[in-house]
Amino acid sequence: MNHPIIQIQHLTKTFGSGETAVHALEDINLDIFPGEIYGIIGLSGAGKSTLVRCMNLLETPTSGTVLVDGQDMTRLSGRALRQARRNVTMIFQSFNLLMQRSCLKNVCFPMELCGIPSAQAKRRAMELLELVGLADKANAYPAQLSGGQKQRVAIARALATDPKVLLCDEATSALDPTTTASILSLLKQLNQTLGVTVVVITHQMQVIEEICSRVAILDGGSVAEQGVVQDIFSNPTTDAARRLVYPNGVRTDHIPSASRAVRISFNGGTVYQPLISSLAIDCGVKVSILAADTRSINGHAFGTMLLSLPEDANEAAKALNYIHSQHNITAEEVEYRV
Amino acid sequence: MFELFTSAFWSEYGRLLLEGCGDTLLMTLFSTLFAYLLGLPLGVLLVLTGDHGILRTQQTDPVLSRLVHLVNRILGWVINVGRSLPFIILMVCVMPLTKWLVGTKIGVLGAIPPLVISAAPFIARMVESSLSEVDSGTVEAAQSMGASVWQIVWKVYLPEAVPSLILGGSISIITILAYTAIAGAIGAGGLGDLAIRYGYQRREDSMMWVTVVFLLILVQCIQSLFSRLSVHLDKRLR
Repeated sequence: MNHPIIQIQHLTKTFGSGETAVHALEDINLDIFPGEIYGIIGLSGAGKSTLVRCMNLLETPTSGTVLVDGQDMTRLSGRALRQARRNVTMIFQSFNLLMQRSCLKNVCFPMELCGIPSAQAKRRAMELLELVGLADKANAYPAQLSGGQKQRVAIARALATDPKVLLCDEATSALDPTTTASILSLLKQLNQTLGVTVVVITHQMQVIEEICSRVAILDGGSVAEQGVVQDIFSNPTTDAARRLVYPNGVRTDHIPSASRAVRISFNGGTVYQPLISSLAIDCGVKVSILAADTRSINGHAFGTMLLSLPEDANEAAKALNYIHSQHNITAEEVEYRV
Repeated sequence: MFELFTSAFWSEYGRLLLEGCGDTLLMTLFSTLFAYLLGLPLGVLLVLTGDHGILRTQQTDPVLSRLVHLVNRILGWVINVGRSLPFIILMVCVMPLTKWLVGTKIGVLGAIPPLVISAAPFIARMVESSLSEVDSGTVEAAQSMGASVWQIVWKVYLPEAVPSLILGGSISIITILAYTAIAGAIGAGGLGDLAIRYGYQRREDSMMWVTVVFLLILVQCIQSLFSRLSVHLDKRLR
């Protein structure tokens, strides 16, 4: 087992003190491994941004340790901290490019900070702009670029110091869906080709679905759930996770009277498995869908569906048996009052 | 005032007016230069030590953090005192210092120290407001890349604020130009001095009008020059 590149232990962050103190983070424990794309998701105010800022010490943790590549960031200060930050770079929701510098000069900026000769920095900056597909915009200024292009320049800039970890703080939240997808695929490609570990902070479920292998769900300043994305999606055990996975919820209280109903969850079977039609054709049982919230992640179906069972007890049993016999589907009968 | 258009007027006063113009420009330029040498670092320090300044936010030691806060408060207080003194009174107040610094209390040279002392706090506030316009996210990005405080000042704050600093510069120069006219009232020379001695004390209206027109042209030139420069240098407007 390789060592985590980022290891967070018992991290707390409190703003202010006394009665007005805000506990932004409480006892966070996370292991992020080299080469993975790790997602941290939560609603606004859950502490995501504070957590990611503790990873490069833009925020100083109140207690706990933040180990990056084995080095305790909380013990560093001054020059040593500035040097360590070159290993954990960051991109932002609002891109934060230097508006008075050309794209090329923006990418040169971090190299300028650590004293790399200008000619060498420019060469490397051109390579990086090519990598993100913006070599032709080298002499353009940020104001002339679209949001997606600005984020690409920001990514090139963040890669200039050959970081081990790239932190993405809501990096796609200001972008439209198409641009979001292209930035995500760029991040995935960089992760695969350069081996850079990517930490993605987001409130958008589809960002996690699309690129993350593991995820932590942050709720009210603590980690509600963490693990492999598909596990968490198929079987969210906490309220916080359920709220994120099924933002609109699958509620049974609005559904009109039906004698029996069954809640089934799709746990990552193929999306091409036609459950409802099979039920009708193979068993001759007609069920109706009372509520459903499903999604497809990398070709696997996740989500839940609420089916009403036929009045006839035999037919209902037949249907239940059939559902139970399916792979990757769990079913439980639910009751509710008429 | 129709004598303005006669050659007799210009042969009598032309030389005086030309010298007055030169003196006004000299006082304005040198005072602005020295006032910026003082005011620019003060303005930068105000921003760095302010509530959201990087010297505050990146200071983990609570004692040092309080110290930084104290520096900010003292600086702010000194600047406010400097700004609340009317220029003509300040000029009289600092006369001993002026004499000690430049060896005279009058003339172009004697006007420069009080002009600098009066303009520096004003400039510090102008610089503070220009630098505050720089997006805090950009500063945070630089910090996340390992920039030192010094690097953030020279490579982020000042270059990013250039268009705004230049516009502030035009306001500062024009303010100092106006102060030189006041300085003229107590022996500093320049166009203000001419306006008071000839225009007011001798009731020579034409002299008054000529100095007014000269000052107007100077202000117009400075303003449009700086405005164009600011737009020309602003890379956000391409």
